[in-house]
Amino acid sequence: MSGKRFSVGIFDHEDGVKEAVKSMRGEGVKIQEVYSPYAIHGIDEMLGYKMSRLPMASFLFGLTGTILALTMLYSMMGFDWPMIIGGKNFAALPPFIPVTFELTVLLAAFGMVFTFFVASDLKPWARPRMYDTRITQDKFAVVVDLDANSKSKDEIDTMLRNAGASEVNAKNFN
Amino acid sequence: MTTFDEKYTFTAKTKRSLAITLAVGIVLLVVGIFMNMGDGGHGEEHAATAVSEQLVASTGRVVSEAAAGGESHETATWLKRLYTDLWINNMFFVGLGVIGLFFFALQYAAQAYWSTAMLRVAMAIGNWLPFAFLLIIGVFFVGKHDLFHWTHDYLYDPNSPDFDAIINGKKAYLNMPFYLGRMIVFLGGWYMFFLYMKKHALAEDIEGGGIERWKKIRSSAAWFLVFFAVSSSMSAWDWVMSIDTHWFSTMFGWYVFSSWWVSGLALITLLVIFLKEQGYLSIVNENHLHDIGKFIFGFSIFWTYLWFSQFLLIYYANIPEETVYFVERLTTQYRPVFYINIFINFVFPFLALMTRDSKRQMAILKIVSVIVLAGHWLDFYLMITPGVMKYDGGFGFMEIGTTLIYLAIFLWVVLNNLAKHPLIAKNHPTLQESLHHHI
Repeated sequence: MSGKRFSVGIFDHEDGVKEAVKSMRGEGVKIQEVYSPYAIHGIDEMLGYKMSRLPMASFLFGLTGTILALTMLYSMMGFDWPMIIGGKNFAALPPFIPVTFELTVLLAAFGMVFTFFVASDLKPWARPRMYDTRITQDKFAVVVDLDANSKSKDEIDTMLRNAGASEVNAKNFN
Repeated sequence: MTTFDEKYTFTAKTKRSLAITLAVGIVLLVVGIFMNMGDGGHGEEHAATAVSEQLVASTGRVVSEAAAGGESHETATWLKRLYTDLWINNMFFVGLGVIGLFFFALQYAAQAYWSTAMLRVAMAIGNWLPFAFLLIIGVFFVGKHDLFHWTHDYLYDPNSPDFDAIINGKKAYLNMPFYLGRMIVFLGGWYMFFLYMKKHALAEDIEGGGIERWKKIRSSAAWFLVFFAVSSSMSAWDWVMSIDTHWFSTMFGWYVFSSWWVSGLALITLLVIFLKEQGYLSIVNENHLHDIGKFIFGFSIFWTYLWFSQFLLIYYANIPEETVYFVERLTTQYRPVFYINIFINFVFPFLALMTRDSKRQMAILKIVSVIVLAGHWLDFYLMITPGVMKYDGGFGFMEIGTTLIYLAIFLWVVLNNLAKHPLIAKNHPTLQESLHHHI
């Protein structure tokens, strides 16, 4: 059977979600994602998410920008087409700093945005998975990937109900 | 559950360390003075005068003091150097004191709630202001002719051979009554604002609840920020920039402010960490440290931005009367300090505080704060010493000794005042938000 199978537990309150996440992770269930109409403080730690490595990517992109700018400016102004500007040396560092700064920021920002798009699978032709439309209104959803867990669908559905889910829906994507 | 009534005790152990610091400072200062008196030979003085004549001549103007044989005949080099060191520390520590008040006021004006738990630490730092007031005025009266070239009367006398048309043109601003008036208004004004805000902050502890006190402090804080925006810039021109009387920079006010601000933030961080290590302020956790770490990181970059903006424009325009400031610092014995200054105030905090984890760990924050504080002290050294001492300036026991003396007295005043009042503003309307601060 191709495609992905999910169990979606719908909760009415933030507290219920937190309890469910705690108890189910305590029993070794891997939770795919929690959806909420607003940000829940501390839910990242409860879900056991690792820190994103996006800042490191940003730093490396920025460093690329710095090196690119300095190499470009030194080769252009120092060797390729030396010009006297304001009586300064051909290859003088201070006038290069603003350009270097701008290229560093540009590459760091764009690099970070595109890395984020790639990492979050946000491409123009991507088809987002909608687990439940009510999660943008007043409901909370705990999504469990059934293929990532050794427990059966029934077991997981029961656990979600026991944890306080008002309903549990099956959701399949191809 | 933490108690909000905790009070810091200024222990005998801390007092002893401060007393030792003070004693070491005095010994170093005395040794430094004797060493300077020893090698202040006459031939050397003349050589120095000749070079400084050449240096100032690069502005295209003959400056009287060099032509007349220099002022070194009036004041001994070691005494001049002592005035310089006192003035450096006056400027550095008055900055720390007023930043304590500025940080306090800023949190109210911006309605920032994360910082409520550490407001009392910032407030305690402000207690330095009256001492700074006396020290600045005292050192100014004793050493004004050595520190500030423009204080000489002969510069303004058209019949005198030493008449200086440029300085005479600045007379409307740089004259003794107006200058002293500004000094008293700025220092006095800061202290008045401090007393007013402190009074209401402490009354809140006793009365409890209510938002009336908070509102009073907030409106006072807003007025203080307006006053400080003007006075911080003008005091930087008066107290630091007017040393190089011919020279001016429109960036200077902000430049000095940013230096003060970063060092003040580093000091608040260090005091908070010091208190936490003694077992106080358990309500301040790594989330609060993270925020103040971001402040140090961000404003180190801001300082660099101002430093570079000032340098680049002068470098590019290449007008002799402006570049002389950097010639004085880049072609002399101050050259290493110039580069160390950029390195430890920009490159080091930039790389050390970049990651999230480093801002959340006390050990790293502590190292960075100490280095940033030392770095901005060097920044003031670099602003003041070359202008006053020219080629006679140096870095040795005298500088370290004076700084240790100031540091010990400053910390004594701050910690002594910190111990007088509760460490946590328990009735502050935003304390709960600070407790739940989470990033």
